[in-house]
Amino acid sequence: MIPYLQIDHIDKAFTQGTYVLKGVSLTINKGEFVSIIGHSGCGKSTLLNIVAGLTGPTNGGVFLEGRQVDEPGPDRAVVFQNHSLLPWLTVYGNVKLAVDKVFGSTKSRAERHDWTMHHLQLVHMAHEHHKKPAEISGGMKQRVGIARALAMEPKVLLLDEPFGALDALTRAQLQDTVQEIAARLGNTVIMITHDVDEAVLLSDRIVMMTNGPAATIGEVLEVSLPRPRDRLSMTDSSAYLNARTRVLRFLYERHRHPVAA
Amino acid sequence: MSQSAIAARPAPEQIAPAEGSAAVVQLGVPRRSFLRRHILPALPGIAARTIPPLLGLALALGVWELLCMGPDASMPGPSKVWAEAKELVLDPWFVYGPQDIGLGWRLLTSLQRVAVGFSIATVMGIALGTIVGSSTWAMRALDPLFQVLRTVPPLAWLPIALAAFRDSHPAAMFVIFITAIWPIIINTAVGIRNIPQDYRNVALVLRLNHFEYFAKIMVPAAAPYIFTGLRIGVGLAWLGIVAAEMLTGGVGIGFFIWDAWNSSRLSDIIVALIYIGVVGFALDRIVAMLGHYATRGTAKG
Repeated sequence: MIPYLQIDHIDKAFTQGTYVLKGVSLTINKGEFVSIIGHSGCGKSTLLNIVAGLTGPTNGGVFLEGRQVDEPGPDRAVVFQNHSLLPWLTVYGNVKLAVDKVFGSTKSRAERHDWTMHHLQLVHMAHEHHKKPAEISGGMKQRVGIARALAMEPKVLLLDEPFGALDALTRAQLQDTVQEIAARLGNTVIMITHDVDEAVLLSDRIVMMTNGPAATIGEVLEVSLPRPRDRLSMTDSSAYLNARTRVLRFLYERHRHPVAA
Repeated sequence: MSQSAIAARPAPEQIAPAEGSAAVVQLGVPRRSFLRRHILPALPGIAARTIPPLLGLALALGVWELLCMGPDASMPGPSKVWAEAKELVLDPWFVYGPQDIGLGWRLLTSLQRVAVGFSIATVMGIALGTIVGSSTWAMRALDPLFQVLRTVPPLAWLPIALAAFRDSHPAAMFVIFITAIWPIIINTAVGIRNIPQDYRNVALVLRLNHFEYFAKIMVPAAAPYIFTGLRIGVGLAWLGIVAAEMLTGGVGIGFFIWDAWNSSRLSDIIVALIYIGVVGFALDRIVAMLGHYATRGTAKG
């Protein structure tokens, strides 16, 4: 059986001979939620950009359902770290742009409108659909970014530190929203993060990256906690604490940040 | 927003006493309260904004009058200008003959030339700016050319334009075009080069084609820069038209000044200068307002 998404021996060098990533291989199953965690500068965003097709690998390749992907496309929708909403379009307009482009030939005008509103509802932003990005909060912008990505009906959803710029309470709300949607729609998700709790809460597997240069996958942790996961009751669960400790050990004992060391 | 909210709130208070009291009383109440509620509180604000410019104007006129008071002053003071040229101010739309028309008509003629020249400059400037902004090779090829040509003063183009078009009317419009186009090209190019990588990434993920990228990402993202270029361009165009018309003749405001100078009507020249200033200011404001309207919300959020 061919794997759903295969990252196959990826090397990436921005300048000749200096590798950012070296020998990264990872196979992801359909419907799986995978987090990639590591210190800043370890090349995890580069890895995500390679999967997205925004950056080309120096060696190796990415295969989605057996076919190599080497350019960006709506089948691998990205939720960008800084939301990347177009400020001259409304919340609705931003999502509609994606819907019109992806479903322009397959859905009628009314269907595209309903599809847009449906995805805004998923992230609880339907009531703010007429507002411009400048008029809503950071968390709301990120919700719209998620709605835009989901509305493309991607085969893989790529989240690039989606909650990094948000305050802790807003981040928790958004994590719950993402968890709920991923459970409901069965999305295949790759999320870049540097937040251990976030990784444990949301992921089926946590991929831990070693420090660069020539960063690679150091360890992969299966998180077999039952779903839906509730952040409050989990703080007492030993499985949660074990998973959390293992990631912390990896990050702060074995692969301390070179600058912080 | 907040003003209308204040305006809406007193309504129930006005109705409530009316139920108990006679209808005769009620008629007077809203009118007096409207004055008290809306006109009187606004007065200090209006005064603070209108009195300083009026004082400044009065001061400038006073200094001017003082400087030109002597019997052998070479320039007319404001009172003399008013006495000699008030007809030009009071009636800008008279027509006494083919060359003897009001300043309003002359300004319209000049504005028409600016409109044609500036419109062509806008279209070509944005097109060229887009090419230079999106292609490194086009930038390397054309940017040095633009940088040199943009420093050529408008009037230096006039002889070439006259030779090429063999007529003063299109030559004047060409001078406007060539004056206004450089800031439009340069600002558009800068705007396009400054489109954030985020927006490019969105376009890449969505697989927007070239036309969609141009219409949906490039133009709106660069719009604030483009409007800055247009605003500088319209100012330069207005500077250029007056100079060009002084040399080419015809019925424009520039030629009027030259004609008045040749017949020693200094007061007419001063009135024309004021008109030119006011129109130039209005053009600048109009383009700025269009820009403000067109780029609402484009500020980063």
